[in-house]
Amino acid sequence: MKPRESDKKSASLSISVLVSTGRHPITGRPGRADQDSRAVELAMNLQGGSVSLLHAGQPTEECKEALRGYLGMGIDRISLIEQSEHADITEVLTKTLKSSNPSLVLAGTQAEQGEGSGLLPFLLAESLGWSLVSGLVSIESVENGQATILQALPRGQRRRLKVRLPAIATVDESAERARQSAFGPARRGTIETISEASHIDETLASFEIKKARVRPKRLKIVKSSSARDRFKAAAAKSGGGGGQVLSDVSAQEGAEAIFKLLQEENVLKL
Amino acid sequence: MSLTRKNPRLEWIARNRLHPEHAQVMAELDASSSPSQWMGPNGLLRRDPHRVGRMGPNGLKRIDRSGLLAGQAYGSGGKQAKAEPQKPLITIDDPAFIVAVVPDMAGGELTSHDKDVLGMARQLADADPQRQGAVLAVVFGSYRETRFEHAGIDRLVFLEDERLEGYSPERRLNRLEDIERELTPERWLFPDSQLGGAELGRRLSVRLKERPATHVWQLLSEDGEWRCECRGARERSDIVRSLPRCILALEECAEPVSENRYEVKPVELSSTAPETMIRIDNLGQVEVDPASVALGEAEFILSGGNGVKNWDRFHNAALQLRAAEGASRVAVDNGFMPRERQVGATGTWVSARVYIAVGISGAIQHLQGIERCNKVVAINNDGGCDMVKRADLAIIGDAEGVLEALVELIEQKRSEESHHEAA
Ligand SMILES: Cc1cc2nc3c(=O)[nH]c(=O)nc-3n(C[C@H](O)[C@H](O)[C@H](O)COP(=O)(O)OP(=O)(O)OC[C@H]3O[C@@H](n4cnc5c(N)ncnc54)[C@H](O)[C@@H]3O)c2cc1C
Repeated sequence: MKPRESDKKSASLSISVLVSTGRHPITGRPGRADQDSRAVELAMNLQGGSVSLLHAGQPTEECKEALRGYLGMGIDRISLIEQSEHADITEVLTKTLKSSNPSLVLAGTQAEQGEGSGLLPFLLAESLGWSLVSGLVSIESVENGQATILQALPRGQRRRLKVRLPAIATVDESAERARQSAFGPARRGTIETISEASHIDETLASFEIKKARVRPKRLKIVKSSSARDRFKAAAAKSGGGGGQVLSDVSAQEGAEAIFKLLQEENVLKL
Repeated sequence: MSLTRKNPRLEWIARNRLHPEHAQVMAELDASSSPSQWMGPNGLLRRDPHRVGRMGPNGLKRIDRSGLLAGQAYGSGGKQAKAEPQKPLITIDDPAFIVAVVPDMAGGELTSHDKDVLGMARQLADADPQRQGAVLAVVFGSYRETRFEHAGIDRLVFLEDERLEGYSPERRLNRLEDIERELTPERWLFPDSQLGGAELGRRLSVRLKERPATHVWQLLSEDGEWRCECRGARERSDIVRSLPRCILALEECAEPVSENRYEVKPVELSSTAPETMIRIDNLGQVEVDPASVALGEAEFILSGGNGVKNWDRFHNAALQLRAAEGASRVAVDNGFMPRERQVGATGTWVSARVYIAVGISGAIQHLQGIERCNKVVAINNDGGCDMVKRADLAIIGDAEGVLEALVELIEQKRSEESHHEAA
């Protein structure tokens, strides 16, 4: 196993991770949610931090089974706040976080069940009045009530941000992959249930939820006033051909041509 | 005395429009004589009615018999970039309501995602002729975009402030609240994208206490009622619901505007609220090692196949190009590259802007994986292979030599560059 990053200073930093239940992408069996497990991994790698896991939902066997996936990462306990089905968990989580008062709250970007709108961290940050950062991939340091973090940008790029604590951060799916969940610790860990009153999400009842269908591919529609253009576009062969082929050139000439293309496409960093 | 010499072969090709060299020969004749007429084999003047005249601005052929434009033959006229036909300009003077769109403006230009969302805004604004709405776009910081009027924008709020440049979600949120207070749009639309729209849209919805529709991929209209279909539970479910005020829409949620031009009338905001506390400090983008970028995300990939003989040279080239490394299945099976670097149907589907295939023949399983690449460059010693057919630029030759020359060229340019800076 590679050494965990150990030089991260963060004396007595308390971190709460909001975990939800997910499904195995292929078998569909209940288990960890991918982004949430990455959030747990991130929290566990921060030296000197004390990590606590929080889940609000129905205390069914299936849910507990899924939560054990997180315990298997080497976590002792998870707090399960009992809520009924279709409950809006914003209020109860706000209350819980307000009383436990962590410096940093981590959550996934989007849940694997339910609406999956990715709104919860934003709602919590607003109601608690804390900072919010999205797309967290790693925490570089925590000093003087500020965290320096890296945020994911498209195409694997990163941006460095300094955030005032307490903060709520959503973890991007390009953050470090979570360690395996081991069977023994998963059985040994405890799930502590806390009962709280539920607020039913009324709006959810008006939603018509069904299995995702394949989105129709966008057709290439040619709008032109001249029939000639429309015909040409419709009759044109798609794909292939039209490329520039340089045969019988020296390696240098070939390299020049490639270099020119790379510069045109602006991918070459000189 | 000059003799007119005939070239029967060229003349034959010129007459035969299906001959593979026809276009080339006509172009040559173009340069020497009038292209639309030539001397036939037995001394008769031949005219090609297809080559007389030139294309008019609206795509119709125009034949000029006055002789004024005699010099400009069809051959050259047709190849010129056709002037864009003037689209009708739509002005909306007194809109019944406003649909606000906050585009990402990556690199200062409207992205294709932005244009789709603007198309959706247009649908909402134009749905009811009795109640015509206007589309308002909000642009932060400086921009380079020149085609706002073609994207369906009636009104533009341009907030030029260097503090709004780059990533500044909190300040931007404050400005959006100003707009909400002053103009109170009927709807707020954002691209649900990592480029900023997803975050800003959620921030605003929460601030306005509006429950947004997220991951919206299409609008549905049921007897005058708008509904929308959203992706939920990470791509697993579809949710149909009534359309709320705040909408975060996915790519291809609507057709972009293409038919008309719009006014792009600037709107000034009269007041700005005092700034709230800023909690996030942007320290700028970080240099990332291309090798650490996941293959599916990489922007620039150098990929090697069975034609690569010297793998050290290949790795060195990738390093110099600062490109992510990819491989064909054969290269992986033979143990030269790790499995996670395999591109193709059973490997990773890549979406690079530039993909360089070195010694890869272009088997269908491999080509499937590079379907979404923008530009493909092939380096191969077999000019007839499928990769060369797919490529936008193909260099036929030995892979090793070309890679070496490319690395040399880049090193040379880099040193020139540093000299420039030193001077
Ligand atoms: C079910 C299935 C799934 C598959 N999935 C994948 C997949 O996901 N990805 C994938 O890549 N393949 C996949 N394959 C394999 C695929 O069919 C091809 O076998 C493979 O892509 C060929 O790899 P290649 O182009 O590197 O090798 P080759 O076909 O051997 O091509 C080598 C090329 O290099 C050229 N060359 C040789 N020497 C030189 C030189 N010195 N300089 C320049 N050029 C040179 C040759 O002209 C040739 O074009 C799959 C096959 C099957 C059956």
